[in-house]
Amino acid sequence: MGKTYKISCAGFGGQGVMSMGQLLTYAGMEEGKEVTWVPSYGPEMRGGTANCSVTVSDEPIGSPVFDNGITTCIAMNVPSYRKYVDKVAPGGDLFINSSIIHDEVTRTDINVYKVPVNDIADELGNQKLVNIIMLGAVVEVTKIVSPETILHKAFLKLFGAGKAKLIPANEKALARGAEAVKDQIK
Amino acid sequence: MARVIMKGNEAIAKAAIVGGCRYFMGYPITPQNEIPEYLSRELPKVGGTFIQAESEVAAINMVYGAGASGARVMTSSSSPGIALKQEGIGYLVHGEVPAVIVSMMRGGPALGTIQPAQSDYFQAKYGGSNGDKHLPVLIPGNIQEAVDAVKYAFEMADHYRHPVIVCCDGLIGQMMEPVDFDHPVEIKSKQDPTEWALGCSKPGTRNFIYGISDDAPDCERRNIKNFEGKYAEMAATEARWEEYMIDDAEYAMVGYGTTARILRTAVQELRKEGIKIGLIRPKTAWPFPEAPFLNPNIKKFIVGEMSMGQMVEDVKLACGDKSKVAFYGRCGGMIPTPEEFIDYAKKVIGGAN
Repeated sequence: MGKTYKISCAGFGGQGVMSMGQLLTYAGMEEGKEVTWVPSYGPEMRGGTANCSVTVSDEPIGSPVFDNGITTCIAMNVPSYRKYVDKVAPGGDLFINSSIIHDEVTRTDINVYKVPVNDIADELGNQKLVNIIMLGAVVEVTKIVSPETILHKAFLKLFGAGKAKLIPANEKALARGAEAVKDQIK
Repeated sequence: MARVIMKGNEAIAKAAIVGGCRYFMGYPITPQNEIPEYLSRELPKVGGTFIQAESEVAAINMVYGAGASGARVMTSSSSPGIALKQEGIGYLVHGEVPAVIVSMMRGGPALGTIQPAQSDYFQAKYGGSNGDKHLPVLIPGNIQEAVDAVKYAFEMADHYRHPVIVCCDGLIGQMMEPVDFDHPVEIKSKQDPTEWALGCSKPGTRNFIYGISDDAPDCERRNIKNFEGKYAEMAATEARWEEYMIDDAEYAMVGYGTTARILRTAVQELRKEGIKIGLIRPKTAWPFPEAPFLNPNIKKFIVGEMSMGQMVEDVKLACGDKSKVAFYGRCGGMIPTPEEFIDYAKKVIGGAN
């Protein structure tokens, strides 16, 4: 049996959680995997939080929606962290935006990675990069897809060739995200 | 062409263009807005026409006009919007006007919710317009199938000169998945538009499309002449379904659309526990596939839907023994989980042994 990643990306509108999920989806397809992307839509989005569910698998994907059993959870803000922390599968990975989430994680059966994405984005001089920094951390730990596929294939497919000039800044962001979790990998 | 990732609604809209559609009339409603949004941008680029009508009623009657002149035309809407189109659908049937209608189901009744549902199976299949009729309804299970269904719906519409409905739960419209637009669909023969379409008649002849019959004998004669043959052909040739792990199965989950994907995951989990269970996935609501429900090895058909139970009625009719049919559903825009189906199936199977 191949591996199936059930990934939840959640945060404020504007933190790029939808495009973070889409980059994983495109990159998964480019690497020959089965992929699905499901957004939240409707009134809850207008409340300021946004989330999407991504599945990347070696096998045909059954249910594209999942409530529990998240293998890879990305929480970009406090409400998202509190909503999803108990839905992560035992042994799963939880990535926290530690610039703004200061809750103490009490679960001991999951791997928690703290990534201060807003602080790193400040250092890079562009807050728009928070999602890419987080993505760098996620793929460094999980190896769901390679950062090269995200940067050189998925990025252009999603944003168009006109955005190729932004690749160097995004490359740096991915690398800084990866660097932030290197010491935390168990 | 390689696979590309698209949102279901955009993929459905692109499939319409690939399938030859050049006219679209509609009115916005969630969760299908990306269909008109995409077509408003893309149809003019291929010489087509997009019209945002003043209402759903106006849109379906514009479809009637475009279809009557032999054009490939589509409209799309969601639950309460499809409700408003019902009268026009009846006129499309009576006038034998080809058209494709996409129904992207959300929670109901009435305005309901904007979350995904399957509670308009009856609406698609039986409709709310009057008179003897059948509506062919395609119920795809993922975005690739939705694309293929739209392309094939245009083939059916032209072949039978009849409206065809593509009916999806809202999740198919909202999610993204890889899709291949070159995936082939069956090409069907088409009636010569000079023989029937308005504005296309041969010199010295005139074509007519009727919305009324002269009297009762005329109405009966027209119904039998125009419809009996094509309904028989559709019933004999258009039912589609897929079976998964049915060969040695004693139990079968039954579902369509996104629910079938959830049921498939449930079947995989139940198989790990040694339960001989499979999945029957109808791909057409009318004609409904009856053959898979005549399988004598299946002790129970466990139907799952995002509704309070609609397709389950067809399963009871098809298998001819309603004691063999069990049902679990969520409604109003709630999406069931594989775990809910697993728990329910175990209860049913426990009771059956």
